[in-house]
Amino acid sequence: MGGAGGRPRRGAHVVGLTGAPGSGKSTLARALARVARARGRTVGVIAVDPSSPFSGGAILGDRIRMNDLALDPGVFIRSMATRGALGGLCRAAADAVDLMDAAGFGLVLVETVGVGQDEVDVMRLTHSVVVVSVPGLGDDIQALKAGVLEIADVHVVNKADREGADRTLAELRAMLTLVPAAADAWMPPVLGASAAREEGIEAVADALDGHLAHLKTSGELERRRRTMVTARVLRIVQDLVAETLLGPGALDADRAQLERVLRRELTPHACARALLGRAAERGRSRDVRP
Amino acid sequence: MTPDPIRVLVAKVGLDGHDRGAKVVARCLRDAGMDVVYTGLHRTPEEVVAAAIQEDVDVLGVSLLSGAHLTLIPKIVELMREAGAGDMLLIVGGVIPDEDVPALRALGAADVLLQDSPPETIVHRVRELVAARQPR
Ligand SMILES: Nc1nc2c(ncn2[C@@H]2O[C@H](COP(=O)(O)OP(=O)(O)OP(=O)(O)O)[C@@H](O)[C@H]2O)c(=O)[nH]1
Ligand SMILES: [Mg+2]
Repeated sequence: MGGAGGRPRRGAHVVGLTGAPGSGKSTLARALARVARARGRTVGVIAVDPSSPFSGGAILGDRIRMNDLALDPGVFIRSMATRGALGGLCRAAADAVDLMDAAGFGLVLVETVGVGQDEVDVMRLTHSVVVVSVPGLGDDIQALKAGVLEIADVHVVNKADREGADRTLAELRAMLTLVPAAADAWMPPVLGASAAREEGIEAVADALDGHLAHLKTSGELERRRRTMVTARVLRIVQDLVAETLLGPGALDADRAQLERVLRRELTPHACARALLGRAAERGRSRDVRP
Repeated sequence: MTPDPIRVLVAKVGLDGHDRGAKVVARCLRDAGMDVVYTGLHRTPEEVVAAAIQEDVDVLGVSLLSGAHLTLIPKIVELMREAGAGDMLLIVGGVIPDEDVPALRALGAADVLLQDSPPETIVHRVRELVAARQPR
């Protein structure tokens, strides 16, 4: 399908779902997909699970929560492994988002694992970010530490059918009022929901629609698109550099330089710059993959 | 860079409520470096085939204990054919009477791995069958 620049953009609303393991992201994806379908929109889901650092393989289990969607021709679910990509989110996910967008899906949900750097990657790939937390203070402190709260456009306290949801909602709202914001800035709503019971999901969908409308009227959508493109190009550059520098046998030619660092004849910095220079030469002399 | 890992979908169809075996197989394949989509218990042939198509897997591994293999597997084969998934390999596992194995192979199962197949055998067969398949 379309290469750089030439691909059709159909205007899918790309929504990231992130939060602690087991917080209910997949269950929420299913519930949101069902609401979107009821509202006449088609839905693509990209579910990312971590690759094993030992074998490189992965068990992709998010579909377990969405099995009944498989038979709806208006829903397409694709599971992916992080495959050890820097920052967690596989670069294939960005391509999959493009494909689903080009295929005309109205809503594209991207579920990612873990907390931390992954979430920043989701933000760069999506228009709206939902951070899913669950009742109980521990998770929220974890999220705060990882800086995840800042990237949320919509907060969902899932498993609101459980005890302590009200407290978590109140605590989260209190925390968020401490974050200074410009007068016309988007104020991320904090919503309670039970993805398993499909309660409160309409409100989440409404909040996401509201956020998209805000992105459009404020000009932020254009800014986010720019950020996305920049981030993607930089990521591909990173991958190319890593591939060129660190691929199998790549350092063989530079052994002598590394030996000089060992003998303290060369600083690590000077050596790294020299390696980078050589890698750039090699990169120029071969085909660059898209 | 490393080649794309083999993608396998492991599915349990039928009514029986045990998926320990299927989970063990999923983990073995993962530990052998494969990406394994796991879809849980009680899947219908329709769900399994739709999922396998969406996930674009190399191998669809179907595990059955329920004894309904001679109705469920033909259904899956038919759905795969309808969906144009001709190059996807179907591997059947679980509790299958020896005398039914030839029938399943004749239907188009690339292999039938019985419940007591050691993990190494399963990993080896998946690799072998994927390698032998025509490049897409
Ligand atoms: N009580 C309750 N349980 C829920 C709710 N939503 C999800 N769960 C349960 O929480 C568990 C994890 O749900 P998932 O949707 O798989 O969570 P996840 O965040 O996608 O998990 P990972 O992808 O493994 O990080 C499952 O057992 C769900 O049934 C809810 O609203 N209420
Ligand atoms: Mg999940």
